[in-house]
Amino acid sequence: MLDSLVTGLYGLTAGVTYLFTQGGPNVIMLLIAALLLYLGVKKEVEPLLLVPIGFGCLLVNIPLSDLMDKGGLLRILYDMGISNELFPLLIFVGIGAMIDFGALLEKPKMLLFGAAGQFGIFFTLLVALALGFPALEAVSIAVIGACDGPTSIYVASQYAPQLLGPISVAAYSYMALVPIIQPPIMRALTTPKERMIRMEPIKRTVSTQTRLLFPIVVTLVTGLLAPKGLPLMGTIMLGNFMRECAVVTRLQKASENEIANIVTLFLGLAIGGTMEGHAFLKPQTLMIFAMGFVAICMDTVAGVVFGKIVCWMTKGKVNPLIGAAGISAFPMAARVVQAQGQLYNRKNHLLMHAAGVNTGGQIGSVVAAAVMLSVLKGMGLIT
Amino acid sequence: MDGEKWAFGLTMMVVGMGGTFLTLWVLGLAMDLLKKLFPLVDKAADTPKQS
Repeated sequence: MLDSLVTGLYGLTAGVTYLFTQGGPNVIMLLIAALLLYLGVKKEVEPLLLVPIGFGCLLVNIPLSDLMDKGGLLRILYDMGISNELFPLLIFVGIGAMIDFGALLEKPKMLLFGAAGQFGIFFTLLVALALGFPALEAVSIAVIGACDGPTSIYVASQYAPQLLGPISVAAYSYMALVPIIQPPIMRALTTPKERMIRMEPIKRTVSTQTRLLFPIVVTLVTGLLAPKGLPLMGTIMLGNFMRECAVVTRLQKASENEIANIVTLFLGLAIGGTMEGHAFLKPQTLMIFAMGFVAICMDTVAGVVFGKIVCWMTKGKVNPLIGAAGISAFPMAARVVQAQGQLYNRKNHLLMHAAGVNTGGQIGSVVAAAVMLSVLKGMGLIT
Repeated sequence: MDGEKWAFGLTMMVVGMGGTFLTLWVLGLAMDLLKKLFPLVDKAADTPKQS
């Protein structure tokens, strides 16, 4: 009887005992979970992601929690959609269904800004290699520079699953910090005269047929040139095709609402589940956060410098600020450009141009990841 | 960083960045072609004027 009482009491106190004996990392991670929840709830920093990630982090760091063990809730969610890359791809269908590529179609050359805005990926790859990360881990870290959460998760879950937690949190955090990170860089690299350049309003010249064929053509071209990225581009363009064909409105709405919401919840919880203290609290986590910051800064630098080159080539018809929108953070980056342009010329309306560049950045980030994966396959580093 | 890693990093930088620019340039051309093949028709101009 006494033995039963003692073992029963042990069952109740094991968690607390663990917390005070070897639970230091768990305590720190519980504080980080609280911080993520605070940022999501109080500051509204990417709340749709940070709230489930923060709660998943809380759940997995409660001592002796078996939620990430075989059969545990978070492990089931992880196996269901992260380890096989299903969740980021389903989110991409929703993103494609939400995005209007009209501004980009009016001026297709804006796509080149979307290419320049990916420079941070390749620069960060060199930095990660220099810091001693193995090739595939370096590639996964570098993709934070795509400034695109689902792409980062897609690549990391395949090639560096052990780094998925820090990479995902860094990617989403920096996406939310775009309005803070970009303006100082934009001001440092441009003159007041350049910031005041007014651009001609965009005229509507795109037919319904062009809008309808656009997702099919993009899928075919990128699928042929960079086949390893076809799941990423294919799902975005599927969503966009459903939007433009206008005959499957129910599917389009379900993709951008119900499916995206459910998957976002599962994805966030499963990512939070990867943030177990003993695995997460390593020097390399801090390094990943630092490199993510470098990546997004270099994206902005390259975009604005490319904008300056185009400004010079067009004899001042293009405001170089729009180059900063060549990243995937949509529509934040476009809004930042509009706000910065209006600071120096209140009659300057750069939003439509920046939106075109920003959607180019959305495509550019996926293309950059696809190209990287295809080059890695060509080198025989992945199958 | 050893030579092999440098070679890998620089290859990814040159081929990756170059490949991204090339792919997006080709996409831009394809979009221009689509716009030429399927221009926006001004419906107002096509509608016969009623007297």
